[in-house]
Amino acid sequence: MSTTTAVTTLRSRHLLSIADLSAEEIVLLLDTADAMKEIAARPIKKVPTLRGRTIVNLFYEPSTRTRTSFEIAEKRLSADTLSISVATSSVVKGETLVDTALNLEAMQPDMIVMRHASSGAHHLLTRVCKSHVINAGDGMHEHPTQALLDAYTIREKTGRIGGLKVAIVGDLLHSRVLRSDVLLLGKLGAEVWACAPPTLIPPGLDALGVRVTTSVEEAVRDADVVMMLRIQLERMQGNFFPSLREYFNVFGMTRERVRLAKPGAIIMHPGPMNRGVEIASDVADGPASVILEQVTNGVAVRMAVLYLLAGGEDERA
Amino acid sequence: MPVVMDADRISRTITRIAHEIVERGRPLDEYALVGVRSRGVPIARRIAAAVHQIAGVQLPVGSLDITLYRDDLMRYPVGPQPVVRRTDIPFSIDDRRLLLVDDVLYTGRTVRAALDALIDFGRPRSIHLVVLVDRGHRELPIRADYVGKNLPTSERESVQVRLQEIDGIDEVVVEGGEA
Repeated sequence: MSTTTAVTTLRSRHLLSIADLSAEEIVLLLDTADAMKEIAARPIKKVPTLRGRTIVNLFYEPSTRTRTSFEIAEKRLSADTLSISVATSSVVKGETLVDTALNLEAMQPDMIVMRHASSGAHHLLTRVCKSHVINAGDGMHEHPTQALLDAYTIREKTGRIGGLKVAIVGDLLHSRVLRSDVLLLGKLGAEVWACAPPTLIPPGLDALGVRVTTSVEEAVRDADVVMMLRIQLERMQGNFFPSLREYFNVFGMTRERVRLAKPGAIIMHPGPMNRGVEIASDVADGPASVILEQVTNGVAVRMAVLYLLAGGEDERA
Repeated sequence: MPVVMDADRISRTITRIAHEIVERGRPLDEYALVGVRSRGVPIARRIAAAVHQIAGVQLPVGSLDITLYRDDLMRYPVGPQPVVRRTDIPFSIDDRRLLLVDDVLYTGRTVRAALDALIDFGRPRSIHLVVLVDRGHRELPIRADYVGKNLPTSERESVQVRLQEIDGIDEVVVEGGEA
């Protein structure tokens, strides 16, 4: 028998936040994703693992990448899936989240993948539903599968995470990706720098162990990983900076700024990108960019999450 | 804890299986080996090395993880998911004559899962089964084509194959069953 002491299972039956995961559980998820990634290279990109399982994707906020990625991951594991966009559901008729959840629950799904604008919505769902609940983004709180796919991509490209300098530049204030990334990369021992105009820096960020700066040069210098965050215009009701042009001039990731990073540094962005705002097109499409590989890896990482959560099915019974 | 095969015996058995493959296998370059993780993989590699020594042909070797195809996944009321490891078959299996390699043949359920998995990679010309130990007690209509050692056992016993590459020692032992 193998003598490894690494964990082989997740303690929780839900994935609500990176804060709930231990470093060992994160490594298990990344290792499992590594096995899942190979499936996409087969002539038949499908395994029978979740046959007969029903997964509901419930999206209260718009999403292309995350919803599609979850759907593909579910189908590659042979689950039966359905996706509900709130714009076409009874929610527009005034149904509450709890009522929607109870009605879905009555149809006995095994898992619910939800994106919601409120941070507590997923905890509420776990209280009223027997299904496994997966957080696909909750307001400005967390986006755990994005952080996992970011970490997977970094590990795949650089071979490690511990000891790396990771610079995160962009709209820190409105970003759930930032929060999940900071928690995850911190648990695995990376040195995380966050950079934004003062108006887009959330209070208390340095308490999470992040080096906060308003100098993009300081953040990027000698970084192994440079990650941009989208300027979330839809969440901005007020003047956070004078103009998009000025934002790009001061904080946008240009080739000149990328040169400050370590040779071989990778460029990341969780998407969707605002070209010419947080990132120059020639950087987004350049040789150091792994932005589309992040999308590819997202499917493998979500397969790993679905697989690992699906174990221990009837402990609730 | 009786040792039923030691390092020398395992080595001679693998050489014998390689000879059988070379004798029966023609043309040899249509063949490839796929080891079932974890201990089928080093056995497959050793067979490939022996075949190379005998016939001068290097057979490709792949490794197959059957976890996602198991028929007992998620059937237990409580319990963790088995750890999934990477499958790596770096060649096309279409029209190949495949030799599927595992350490112990018991119920046949692992082989059933492996056959399902292989079919997702293509359409081989044939699949033959190679095992180091056949301990009986089949639950499915499956048999081995190349057997290192037939080992009559009781169902209470367990057969442990240990290999240098994974366990640091070459031996096959039978455990338990005294009760």
